[in-house]
Amino acid sequence: MAETVFAPWTDPEAKPLIQFKGVTKRFGDFTAIDNLTLDIYAREFFALLGPSGCGKTTMMRMLAGFETPTEGQILLNGQDIGAVPPNKRAVNMMFQSYALFPHLTVWDNIAFGLRRETRDKDAINARVEEMLRLTRLTKFAKRKPHQISGGQRQRVALARSLAKAPKLLLLDEPLGALDRKLREETQFELMDIQEKTGTTFIIVTHDQEEAMTVASRVAVMDEGRIVQVATPDVIYEAPNSVYVADFIGDVNLIPGQAAVRETAPEAAEVVAEPAPEPTPAAASDPVPDTGKEAPQPNAFGIWLHDNMLKPILGERRAQAEPLKQLPPPAPEQIKAAPVPQDVPEGGVTITWAAGKAPLIAANGDTALAGEKVVLALRPEKVSISKERPDHPNILRGKVIDIAYLGNISTYHVEIEGGTMIKAQAANTRRLSRRGITWEDDVWLGFTATAGVVLKEDA
Amino acid sequence: MRRFSWFNVTSLTLGFAFLYLPMVLLVVYSFNESRLVTVWAGFSTKWYGELLQNEEFLDAALVTLKVGLMSSTLATILGTMAAYVLVRAGRFRGRTLFSGMIYAPLVMPEVITGLSLLLLFIGIGLDRGVLTIVLAHTTFSMCYVSVVVSSRLSSFDTSLEEAALDLGASPFEAFRLVTLPIIAPAVISGWLLAFTLSLDDLVIASFTTGPSATTLPIKIFSAVRLGVSPEINALSTILIGIVTVGVISASLITKRAAVRQAREEQAAVRS
Amino acid sequence: MRRFSLIAVPYLWLLALFLVPFLIVIKISLSDVAYASPPYVPQLDLTQGWAGLHDFFAALDFENFAFLTTDALYWKAYLSSLKIALVATALTALVGYPVAYGMARAPQEWRPTLLMLVILPFWTSFLIRVYSWMGILSNEGVLNQVLLATGIISEPLQIMNTNTAVYIGIVYTYLPFMVLPIYAALEKLDESLLEAAEDLGCSRLAAFWLVTFPLSRGGIVAGCFLVFIPAIGEFVIPSLLGGSDTLMIGKVLWEEFFSNTDWPVASAVAVILLALLIIPIVLFQRHEEKEREANR
Repeated sequence: MAETVFAPWTDPEAKPLIQFKGVTKRFGDFTAIDNLTLDIYAREFFALLGPSGCGKTTMMRMLAGFETPTEGQILLNGQDIGAVPPNKRAVNMMFQSYALFPHLTVWDNIAFGLRRETRDKDAINARVEEMLRLTRLTKFAKRKPHQISGGQRQRVALARSLAKAPKLLLLDEPLGALDRKLREETQFELMDIQEKTGTTFIIVTHDQEEAMTVASRVAVMDEGRIVQVATPDVIYEAPNSVYVADFIGDVNLIPGQAAVRETAPEAAEVVAEPAPEPTPAAASDPVPDTGKEAPQPNAFGIWLHDNMLKPILGERRAQAEPLKQLPPPAPEQIKAAPVPQDVPEGGVTITWAAGKAPLIAANGDTALAGEKVVLALRPEKVSISKERPDHPNILRGKVIDIAYLGNISTYHVEIEGGTMIKAQAANTRRLSRRGITWEDDVWLGFTATAGVVLKEDA
Repeated sequence: MRRFSWFNVTSLTLGFAFLYLPMVLLVVYSFNESRLVTVWAGFSTKWYGELLQNEEFLDAALVTLKVGLMSSTLATILGTMAAYVLVRAGRFRGRTLFSGMIYAPLVMPEVITGLSLLLLFIGIGLDRGVLTIVLAHTTFSMCYVSVVVSSRLSSFDTSLEEAALDLGASPFEAFRLVTLPIIAPAVISGWLLAFTLSLDDLVIASFTTGPSATTLPIKIFSAVRLGVSPEINALSTILIGIVTVGVISASLITKRAAVRQAREEQAAVRS
Repeated sequence: MRRFSLIAVPYLWLLALFLVPFLIVIKISLSDVAYASPPYVPQLDLTQGWAGLHDFFAALDFENFAFLTTDALYWKAYLSSLKIALVATALTALVGYPVAYGMARAPQEWRPTLLMLVILPFWTSFLIRVYSWMGILSNEGVLNQVLLATGIISEPLQIMNTNTAVYIGIVYTYLPFMVLPIYAALEKLDESLLEAAEDLGCSRLAAFWLVTFPLSRGGIVAGCFLVFIPAIGEFVIPSLLGGSDTLMIGKVLWEEFFSNTDWPVASAVAVILLALLIIPIVLFQRHEEKEREANR
């Protein structure tokens, strides 16, 4: 499959369809859009994402022609469209409220825009029929908007705004009025229609999942500025600021002080906890280190034993000696052993709490050394276990809360020093047999590249 | 399922008896043979016959109708414009004065409105007659129309107009094709209100009219000042009848429209 | 340009036919009566330029207002208008509340009909509705006949041409204005509030006084203003049902203008009447704003 990836923004030769050039919009004293520059390319599905009041709707209304920029220019195909009234723009909009004309049928709603530009009845009929087919509304053509369901209304609004084959379609929170299940279905339908028609879509949304699902690129906005523009995976995996990391998905933010990481593997002292306290079990049963190869009882095994096998086999404690609860390795032992995984070199270390081992971020920018930084860490990249894991970054803590989400569970773990860290684990077992439960002492671990080192927001 | 309690039945019966008994009596006495109110001398329609012979009343009725039609139509146009300005034009110089002038006539005593308009017409030397009454009625009823229409307009989703513009309609087309059909019920009730106010008005018409134009209320007033008259009873009965038929049929029409809409909505859900 | 003309047409209409006439009233109230046509001086003579303007303003004075204070007729008329409007408003509230309550507590399917029955008289001619009481209240009228026939009274009651007749007329004609806002307030009332009150140990009557009545107060206040404001300037009712001793300012103004052709005094009466009305109008405005805010 030699399909070329659609990414005109990486091509310096590509001509953008829409260009914002230093656009500022003020309403009285309030600055809705602040000196914004942005290029959007033809056939893109571009998402403007941000909390309410961030200026995304204002941007859209400027594109539609309902607002004019206070400063700067908006170009469509290289032409300044600042002075073009909305009814003369090759831009159509799908309104948040759908704005279907209540006194007209579905058919007449879709034909409304076509009738404004042509008197050719056959052409209008053909186009409306095509739109009805595209949005699977043919059966409802004679209905009035109040006689169809919310999802159907949404499709009428889409068909109406697409009927004139605009160069650019603006969608203002198009799925906001639908319930969750319908919204997910409709997202894929939207992407499908966008692909079929080849229209450039700009969608405004405050729902980050929606933006990530549908868009080819996402612009995250805050207070009239664009914070980051990138493809959804980049936005998620490599946010450029704490704001973006925090806005998109679930994230642990660990503040600290960055330092250049020493590249020598001997710098392993940074890995371990300097003085790990033994686990309670280990404290009562000092066991000789039998190495990692020794069979380990898992939590299920222990549960099985305690609840069912005890009458037959007797107390587990008696047999516990050979069954290892991994004792904390002695510091000198770790020093001797190299970092257990293939840890890439370079990057930074982050001192996050006094007396604790700094965290390793091999992907951290060394230019941040000496700065106050935040390590942004997605919960699904943090492993949780009762046994000490094999990770360059290890934290210990106690489970405070567990959110069962069906396929996965999120554990809220309070680590030493009081910071809460969220970790996710797949639920491969039944809920009642879950190995880790409230108040358990657990180990958290993550790789040297799991997090993203970000400069602390001002 | 709630039922009437005895208290509610009593208060409603007494209340509606109070509202309707005087008019019922008026209707009954319009069929009285005798000229005297006190004596019931048998059923007769002779006062209706006399009324129809009375050319003065017929002329007055014609003038009233003419004034009513002209002033209510003018008032509907001006009032709808004013409502649009109030709700949609945003800020402009003198907006406060404008909205003040819309609301003030609603609470202004009729004697003052009438007096001030008369003084204006005399001041500019306009002959008083049908034209001056029309001007006066238009002025105060346009305010009522604009209140009715603006309350509908302000609950109207602006994005509908924006959608029309977005789809290539000019601002005027957007108004004609989208706004007007949607606010039409309010515009129609505004017109009806203006028409009724004009038919009803005695005080302002008395001030602004001249010898050439006498409206029905002026005629009735001068006739009843001296006491009850059976012709007026007959005339009142006719007017009450027209209003009753009008209001009831209007409410039936709207009710049927509502039922039809509900049925259509149900049909939509079923399929 | 289109926006400009949209604003300009109704604006100019109201300026020319509402504001300017009103300014003329104020101006004439400051002029002197004269046996001329029009019957007042000074006239603004712009042909004389600035001198004319100067003379014009120099001749204006507050004589008419001074006259109103010296003649007892006028301030008595003002006071009596206030009194009649106040009493009639209170009576309307007393009559209107039970009706509105009965409507709001009626079975759901009855309410549109009842509402229409309240609104219907509103579309009927005001003049005819006032007139309908003339046949009832007169000495030989229906009411006296019934009372005499049943032996409740032996002499016919003199109701017609008294203030009582005026009260009846006002209550009758303005009743819909009182019923509708109270009904609107009562209809919104959540019935579970009453059930909660009874659940907490209130009797039916206590629940009414402690819950229903306070929650319908907004409607009562609105209704009172809607009756009081037009009742003050009422002309038709006192002139048809009232007697010669029924003093109401609207009637005085009418007579001053048509019978005495004293335009300056009539204008001064109008100006003071309006000044009197400004207070309740402003209060009403405030009340409505507060209600709107509370409902948000």
